[in-house]
Amino acid sequence: MTSLRNISARFANGTAGLPAVSLLVAALVAAPVISLALLAAKGSGDLWPHLAAYVLPQAISDTLLLLMGTGVLVIVIGTGAAWLVTAYDFPGRKIFQWALLLPLAMPTYIIAYAYLDLLHPIGPVQTALRAALGLSSPRDLILPDIRSMGGCILLFGFVLYPYVYFSTRAMFVMQMANLVEVGRTLGAGSMGIFLRVALPLARPAIAVGTSLALMDALNDIGASEFLGVRTMTVSIYSTWVNRSNLPGAAQIALIMLALVIALILIERFARRRQSYAGSAQRARRLVPERLRGVKALGAWLACALPIFIGFVAPALYLFVEALARLRFAGLSSSLLTQIGNTVLISALATFVSLALGLVLAFTARMMRNAVTDVILRVASLGYALPGTVLAIGLLGPLALMDDAIASVSELLTGRTTGLVMSASGVALIYAYVARFLTISTGNVESGLSRLSLSLDHAARTLGESAGGVSRRIHLPLISPALASAALLVFVDCMKELPATLLLRPLNFETLATHLYGEAARGTYEDGSIAALAIVLFGLLPMILLARTSRAPKKAGLDMPQREGIAHG
Amino acid sequence: MVRGPFQAALPRARCAGFLVVENVRQTYDGFEALHDVSLAVAPGEILCLLGASGCGKTTLLRLAAGVEVPSGGRILLDGVEVAGPTNFVPPEKRGVGLVFQDYALFPHMTVLENVMFGLRHLPHAQARELAMRGLARVALDHYADSYPQLLSGGEQQRVALARALAPRPSVILMDEPFSNLDQRLRESIREETMNLLREEGISAVVVTHDPEEAMHIADRIALMHKGEIVQTGTAEDLYFCPESLFAARFFCDLNELDAQAQGGEVITPLGTFAAPHIADGPCVVCIRPQALLFDTDRGGIEGTITARRFLGRVDRLRVNVPGIEQELHARLRDARAFRPGQVVRLAVDARDVLVFPQRDHDKGKAGA
Repeated sequence: MTSLRNISARFANGTAGLPAVSLLVAALVAAPVISLALLAAKGSGDLWPHLAAYVLPQAISDTLLLLMGTGVLVIVIGTGAAWLVTAYDFPGRKIFQWALLLPLAMPTYIIAYAYLDLLHPIGPVQTALRAALGLSSPRDLILPDIRSMGGCILLFGFVLYPYVYFSTRAMFVMQMANLVEVGRTLGAGSMGIFLRVALPLARPAIAVGTSLALMDALNDIGASEFLGVRTMTVSIYSTWVNRSNLPGAAQIALIMLALVIALILIERFARRRQSYAGSAQRARRLVPERLRGVKALGAWLACALPIFIGFVAPALYLFVEALARLRFAGLSSSLLTQIGNTVLISALATFVSLALGLVLAFTARMMRNAVTDVILRVASLGYALPGTVLAIGLLGPLALMDDAIASVSELLTGRTTGLVMSASGVALIYAYVARFLTISTGNVESGLSRLSLSLDHAARTLGESAGGVSRRIHLPLISPALASAALLVFVDCMKELPATLLLRPLNFETLATHLYGEAARGTYEDGSIAALAIVLFGLLPMILLARTSRAPKKAGLDMPQREGIAHG
Repeated sequence: MVRGPFQAALPRARCAGFLVVENVRQTYDGFEALHDVSLAVAPGEILCLLGASGCGKTTLLRLAAGVEVPSGGRILLDGVEVAGPTNFVPPEKRGVGLVFQDYALFPHMTVLENVMFGLRHLPHAQARELAMRGLARVALDHYADSYPQLLSGGEQQRVALARALAPRPSVILMDEPFSNLDQRLRESIREETMNLLREEGISAVVVTHDPEEAMHIADRIALMHKGEIVQTGTAEDLYFCPESLFAARFFCDLNELDAQAQGGEVITPLGTFAAPHIADGPCVVCIRPQALLFDTDRGGIEGTITARRFLGRVDRLRVNVPGIEQELHARLRDARAFRPGQVVRLAVDARDVLVFPQRDHDKGKAGA
């Protein structure tokens, strides 16, 4: 055994520490789940009967209803829009292709915040409606209240459909051409093609997109709370913060974790035949069918509506409000601090995520085996954990670390320390990294996977060590992937609300928690500026996404990078 | 082995390596890709590993290069164990050159930087000069500052070769190096490459799936099948004296007839053939397509032509012979006079007939 280990160490010389670090990372990501189970096992004492009788049934049924409604809506909007812009040509199609992604820049809590105000009885929409109808009092015009399950589903549907749109459009664009043409020659009309060819083939993509959308819905804390829907996330938060009952919150969190696992299993099941769709031969783009007249108008409206509801209207509203606020009060110093806090903490978390993502991806490339596979899978668990669940799970490990730091410090200096981890923001960074590590690992891995292994082997036989190969070959070649990973992680950290709410140090506000606070208090001071700032940052990955989904994929290097090299 | 100080001025001072593979096994998750393979490559020899895809030839090459660790057995380079039960020399310390099917040129480096990659132990100026000289040898020095993506496939292949040769490896290992080139280019590049290797006197192991290519380039061919080397020898050895039906089939299309051996000979509807080493009992008689002679004067066997196809240098004919189930394939020049339906008289050239014991389990290509 020793000799074998010796040999593999020599094979991978210069990288021997990688697996150890990877193992540590996986352990750190797995820690909250284990801790959560332990915490829940303690029992919540007298509260459990109350939870079981009054809180849980409604939390579970509300959550399931919300997920189902949102699921149906995102599939209909996402798949429909993707098919329209792929299979048909109509005025504005080119713009719709990327603009349909825009709502992704709008976190759920921000769209809820915006619409609460927009649709308020004395807000702009109802006021305008009354003026148009000649009514004078808000009581004369009773509209369905947005603060309801229906309103929440509607908003979630219009803001989360881009996940489904993005994954199914990629499928439609790359793999459908031959099949659609064959279908046409066999006599199927365009509706028949959509229902009998496109939809079944896109099922894996729909499953992926929908599960991402539902994870986001499950994770949401702001929107459901503002809109009065008592989801499990909201129940966890109130059980913990308002009732100070941590084990009770942990029990709800554990049930929620079961829901997440069910969701993942359903997704796996729904795309079990993915290899079928993935193995289509050479990609050829579908030639879209030209629409005219009423049909073109219909398609235009069908694409414009989700963009308008999910992005344009709320963004425009936030913009106007933010501008008015800036004119009136300028940029408050507390807002500046919050922007600084947000950027600092997100940047730190991004840096750590990238570094660990590199370690994990390199480990996987250099020594792929059953053990590293498990390590990698565990390390990417965090993305499936809703922010509140993660936060509760982290409390145990964080307390252990604080204890350890305190006793070490006592041993060395004679003084004990307080809650270093929780008070310094390290806890927050831990949570962000655990949650978003998958993004950086995935990006680095996909960047690496496009580099043929023969590059590694060529470099090795030319005298370079394994570590040297990473430095001289991999890193320069994956720098675009690293940059996009950094952008995605950074923006996700900026937008993160539930874990931030629960784990931030005292009196530490980010843009997201500030917005939440104002919305919860019903005050509207700097909220619109904070919201607008988050949306603007959120647009950056949209640009990236739109660019990569448009540019043709080249073997080896992306075009922009290749040009950069050729000119540089 | 420690190679002496670098002697840039003497391109022929490289010592050709001596590669030995002893009882090497390689297992992936329970699947045995290589099963007890032994092989020796003499200094300066060019050896071809030949076999169908999945036979383990590339695995063997990668083990020799050190980019994989064998599950068992030993590999020696110039008498020094580089892989064994307790020892493993990583690829960067082995002094072997590796050329890939996809060339594996580093896309973020210029052609010159690619060739200089393995010369880092030298002062920059010297490395540069050597790399330029290497590029000149493959007539690509004018592309030194270009990026590899801008070069054609053939040019990329030559850069890969120059890069692999630059650090003066004792053995060069090539994995299907010509298969990404189109056919016309392939022959000239192949010729150039082999001339260069022979001038350098370097030992080489070349993996290919194409028997014709193996015959073109190899001093010796090792034919592989299902993770084993089934026969090693010169092209003539393998073609004329295949040790198994598999080896015979690999180098030539065959008409395979089931027959019975008795007393050192077999009797078939096409005549009686010697089968000196075959035990009495069922056997397979293999007749090469060119063994069938369409000679009305000498021929004693009557057959009917069922199809003819013009293929340029030769024509391919199909013939029905009474008493033989399948149609026989024949190749001959100037067959334009023959027409389907025509009755001919056949003779068989016994030099192109092989007899093997009853066919093994792999009936795959029977009657091809």
